[in-house]
Amino acid sequence: MMNTGNRPLSPHLQVYRLPLAGILSFAHRTTGVALALGALALAYWINAAAYGPDAFYQAQALMGHWFSRLLLFGWTLSLFFHLCNGIRHLFWDAGIGLEIEQVNMSGWLVLIGTILLTLLSWLAGYGLLG
Amino acid sequence: MSLRSDLGRVRGLGSAKEGTSHWWAQRLTAVALLPLSFWFVWSAINLVGVDHIGFKNWLNENANLVLMILFVGSLFYHMQLGLQVVIEDYVHAEIKKVTSLVLNLFVALFFGVSSIVALLKVAFGS
Repeated sequence: MMNTGNRPLSPHLQVYRLPLAGILSFAHRTTGVALALGALALAYWINAAAYGPDAFYQAQALMGHWFSRLLLFGWTLSLFFHLCNGIRHLFWDAGIGLEIEQVNMSGWLVLIGTILLTLLSWLAGYGLLG
Repeated sequence: MSLRSDLGRVRGLGSAKEGTSHWWAQRLTAVALLPLSFWFVWSAINLVGVDHIGFKNWLNENANLVLMILFVGSLFYHMQLGLQVVIEDYVHAEIKKVTSLVLNLFVALFFGVSSIVALLKVAFGS
């Protein structure tokens, strides 16, 4: 046996559970990449409008499909998560909220904010337009 | 003790020798995208199922065209900056890395510029 003494061990990756901050950090990057795909979808939608009424009609019909709705829901969720967590990053950049308890607290706030804003948007969407 | 000024010390730092400009541009676009994103989500909800004329009329209402161009511009700029960091973190082979970075920049520019031109075309078109 190697003498490990009281030294800290590096995380044992198969059994290591990421702390909340780690999960959110990973999610920030993942949602960022997902939103890049969403940006391409947005570009398609705008360009369809420039192409003419028929192309735009097609694009709008495509957006109404259940699978597109699923993607749009994912993008809404990703957008609000990336936005809320982005605010958290901006506070960190200003040197605010860097204590562990504060990081955990703001992490939960980000999750709550993300879910509330996403639900609110989709309720507004379906409430307004059915 | 160094006689160099603080500014002189940070200028040209980092692997790309561009100092803090990438970091700063990412924060600026992030701050710009905060209000613009809320505005865009609200607008998108109101544009569900709208037809071509409806979209054109919406673009010509109030400051919608300007805000839409600002949103698309900041979005694709922010996207390019973010994906650049992801590429720099995970792609290590020099040729692959440079190719991906250039491709990332060109794709972002292409979609950003084409979207802005498309918005102008719809708004000012007949």
